[in-house]
Amino acid sequence: MEKNNLKGWLYLLPAALFLGFFLVYPLIDVFVYSFEEGYNSASQTYFGVGLYNYGYVLHDPYFLQAVKNTFLLVAITVPLSTCLALLISMGLSAIPRLQKLYQTIYFLPYVTNTLAVGLVFMILFKKTAYTDGLINLLINRFGGASVDFIDGPYWAKMFVLCFYTIWVVLPFKILILTSALASVNRDYYNAAKVDGTPAWRIFTRITLPMISPTVFYLVITGFIGAFKAYSDAVALFGTDLNAAGMNTIVGYVYDMLYGNSGGYPSYASAAAILLFAIVLTITCINLLVSKKHVHYS
Amino acid sequence: MKVVLQDLTKKFPGRGKNAQQEVVAVDGFTFEIPDGKLVGLLGPSGCGKSTTLNLLCGLLKPTSGKIFFGEDDVTGLPAEKRGVGLVFQNYALYPHLTVLQNILFPLQNLRGRERPAKEEMLRRAKEAADLVQIGELLDRRPSELSGGQQQRVAIARALVKMPRVLLLDEPLSNLDARLRLQTREEIRRIQRETGITTVFVTHDQDEAMSISDIIVVMKNGVVQQIDKPQAVYDDPSNLFVAQFLGTPPIHVFNGRVEGGRLYIGNQAVLPAPGLPDQPVTAAVRPEGFALDEQGPLACNLTRVEIMGRDISVVCTHPDCENTAIRAIISAENRVDTAQPTVRFSLKPGKVFLFTADTQARLRPAQEG
Repeated sequence: MEKNNLKGWLYLLPAALFLGFFLVYPLIDVFVYSFEEGYNSASQTYFGVGLYNYGYVLHDPYFLQAVKNTFLLVAITVPLSTCLALLISMGLSAIPRLQKLYQTIYFLPYVTNTLAVGLVFMILFKKTAYTDGLINLLINRFGGASVDFIDGPYWAKMFVLCFYTIWVVLPFKILILTSALASVNRDYYNAAKVDGTPAWRIFTRITLPMISPTVFYLVITGFIGAFKAYSDAVALFGTDLNAAGMNTIVGYVYDMLYGNSGGYPSYASAAAILLFAIVLTITCINLLVSKKHVHYS
Repeated sequence: MKVVLQDLTKKFPGRGKNAQQEVVAVDGFTFEIPDGKLVGLLGPSGCGKSTTLNLLCGLLKPTSGKIFFGEDDVTGLPAEKRGVGLVFQNYALYPHLTVLQNILFPLQNLRGRERPAKEEMLRRAKEAADLVQIGELLDRRPSELSGGQQQRVAIARALVKMPRVLLLDEPLSNLDARLRLQTREEIRRIQRETGITTVFVTHDQDEAMSISDIIVVMKNGVVQQIDKPQAVYDDPSNLFVAQFLGTPPIHVFNGRVEGGRLYIGNQAVLPAPGLPDQPVTAAVRPEGFALDEQGPLACNLTRVEIMGRDISVVCTHPDCENTAIRAIISAENRVDTAQPTVRFSLKPGKVFLFTADTQARLRPAQEG
């Protein structure tokens, strides 16, 4: 028994070492930095230890803007993309012909480069000296006034960011959900059919509980992914996100480290720890909620 | 509720290489199930028995032919309007619902005037649960039940909406041997108590023989014989039916009829009056052998197995298609195991003759 244990640890060692060096140690380090006031990475010195970094970050309007943006993004895109993906994958499973073809088409955005998608969005939404963009042309067609989605009002920019995020995360969710739907035993549906179950009841009482572990997985990873959003905003609004008012928490952390106003690893660490706390809290809430609604067979 | 099948046929389109070739799963099935009977559809896998069940419950639409429940033509009715209860082979209990919720499920589907009040639903669900004797398991999840208990829940769920016809797909195949015996008695009891016309599908002849009022033997989508269990056993209509029923299986000999006598090898073993001279297949039930020192059928003795109640004599014969003959004789007999051969005479009622080519039954003028 003892010997076997030793072997087990030995096998774990390479992974444990890597994880320790590149994951656990930095995590602890970030935690430490966040309490070191006025830390200077060049001289490796700091003035004192305390909560000043947190105080600074929490009073920084840029951070508060980033938190607001991130929460809005999460609150809008996670439920919307999950519901949309569910709807589309239900549709996909219902069509007997050309299912594979449609699946491929819906999966294409996933293998497309983020920046390429960003470019396409620019063409669709950006207002330039020469054109108002495709979407604005459409709006004009229906009698509306042009909106500047990239440099215009906050809601327009938020709309584009959410639209973009949903577009990018949708294919993966569809892929996962279609396979989850396909793995539900047909007999349940046959049994429901013989019992004359209405379609909506089949969906809520059979399909949804059956695929609930998958939905839950998508919601959790969706939350985490959306909280960590950054590159999407960059692809749409460029690197100076604070000026655009479209920064995210991760964007704020990045700017604090490397941006034009950067060079403050302590503030960045504090912001990162705050993000960590937020994600942890939300995930815990998710887990609690899931206990009641997710059925593992 | 009597159930009538009229020339029922189901064809499936071919797939892949055989795309041109249709698969006929059920071929011209005509049959009337009397009210309140328990009918067993029996056949090897792929014979169309499950397809027949799915046609009855409406999950499949027949290619041609009609189905009547009583006087109602239900052929075009969707499954939910037929009033059938279906028990699936794997029970298909909803794993996230408790036993009670599972049983209530069909009732909660009802809408409008048909929908009973809440207390009424609960009463009926409990009644169904009591009928299958799972009254104390109502709060459990299916995963917390044994196979036999799950089976009962599935039956309760099928019965709770008081179906006109109860259909069971391989109801015992997922149970272990002991539970199987117990559950088949249980199915018989439930069917008697409710009086609901019941059709069940099985590939196990023991199962079909023991509880059915009527057995339907099928092969390749074609009905071979429909009769009471004992009649199917005692009077098979062709070699397939004779071989499919009975354990140990029937023994098949290559023989011939010559001058009104059945020959196996060079020995005339039985009279076969009224039959023209021809090669025949003779099938002998294991209990059709009688130990007889003067008997015409000489077999090479392999061994003798004592079973307590009876003895099975294991031996071989060059004209027998079975690898070994297993003759079952009563325990009073003594077999001399020192001898290399054992001689039998045959009991006429236990020997069936079939044409060598079509394997249709041949009936001598005064058999038995």
